[in-house]
Amino acid sequence: MTCYSLFSQTDQFVTFTFFFFTAQVFKLLIDLKEQRKDGGKSKHSAGQQNLNTIMYETLKYLSKTPSSRQSPEIVKEFLTTMMPHKLTKAEKLQLLNHRPQTAVEIQLMVEESEERLSEEQIEELIQTISDHLPGDPEQEKAAAETDEGGGQS
Amino acid sequence: MFVLVEMVDTVRIPPWNFDRQLNEAMAEELNKKLANKYWLPGDTATPHLSRCRYSICSGARSARGPSTADDVKVVYNVGLCICLYDITKLEDSYIFPGDGASHTKVHFRYVVFHPFLDEILTGKIKYCSQEGVHVTMGFFDDILIPPESLQQPAKFDEAEQVWVWEYETDEGGHDLYMDQGEEIRFRVADQVFVDTSPTGPAVAASDAPAQAGQATAPPAEASEGKKEAPYTLIGTICESGLGLLSWWNS
Repeated sequence: MTCYSLFSQTDQFVTFTFFFFTAQVFKLLIDLKEQRKDGGKSKHSAGQQNLNTIMYETLKYLSKTPSSRQSPEIVKEFLTTMMPHKLTKAEKLQLLNHRPQTAVEIQLMVEESEERLSEEQIEELIQTISDHLPGDPEQEKAAAETDEGGGQS
Repeated sequence: MFVLVEMVDTVRIPPWNFDRQLNEAMAEELNKKLANKYWLPGDTATPHLSRCRYSICSGARSARGPSTADDVKVVYNVGLCICLYDITKLEDSYIFPGDGASHTKVHFRYVVFHPFLDEILTGKIKYCSQEGVHVTMGFFDDILIPPESLQQPAKFDEAEQVWVWEYETDEGGHDLYMDQGEEIRFRVADQVFVDTSPTGPAVAASDAPAQAGQATAPPAEASEGKKEAPYTLIGTICESGLGLLSWWNS
């Protein structure tokens, strides 16, 4: 039997919560993993299978996302450059988490983007995103190679 | 995708952990209790609170050893708990008669998987069925995209057990298959919480005398029946840009 004395109203949780960038979760989990590794296989690690499972699986998922390449500095800088764009927090969060590279993706993540953003602004947004947020090195390498290949043929 | 949730809980530290830093022992207990588990809506708040008091006084006998999944499936639609973020406040610790452990009320913040409505997420197709497309994110499996939320017109290919988007172009129709393992981008349309915590013995007791002959039938059915997921995300891909990533790459 466990004891829980939580907030009595479900919706109260919403006021007590705030968004967490996946980049933050990624860093937290990496740090926690390191910390636990340093601690070695101590007797205290018994009974932590649940934590180990969720850490492993979440890290596995996140390491394939753009968030795994976003340091706190990158996130902060990106958010600062995003200020003039007048986007909501949820929108910026999704831009960070997904690092969209096409207009159609931007339109998914920004609500009523047709009215709020002009085509130029969307282009500008994509440019800012690719300038500030690192892409997948392998994918970029592959893209560069196909570009070269295209040039040669 | 993730939120930070402030929670308050009373944590029991067994005596053999008294030599450790309270913070450290507390962090471990909280992760043991919550990591990879769901917090679900309880019927009402009060029964849980009263159960809480009960367990502080007399829960010692049942509280030994690592907690099992069953005893944590309580309270409030929060989501899937990932890991402890930090402890913000520790209140005084108490020791109760009959138990050597200390009980401390702790305020902490926990990282929880709980996407907001309309959030865009990416996952992989786990499998397709008549019910729709089942998607997994690795650490979280219970995502369903129902048939009416697929790109239209959609049909279910019985032979291959796969959903197909019958995409129309000027040159004619293209069948786009939604194969297993493909990466898929979807929008969160709804989230469903189901209280899957075991029902108390009161229900079984009242049923048993009434139908003695079939007394074993209802529980067996319940356990063999389709196990309902405590937390399900309902997705939609009925928008341009959503669906398999390969559809929009070219």
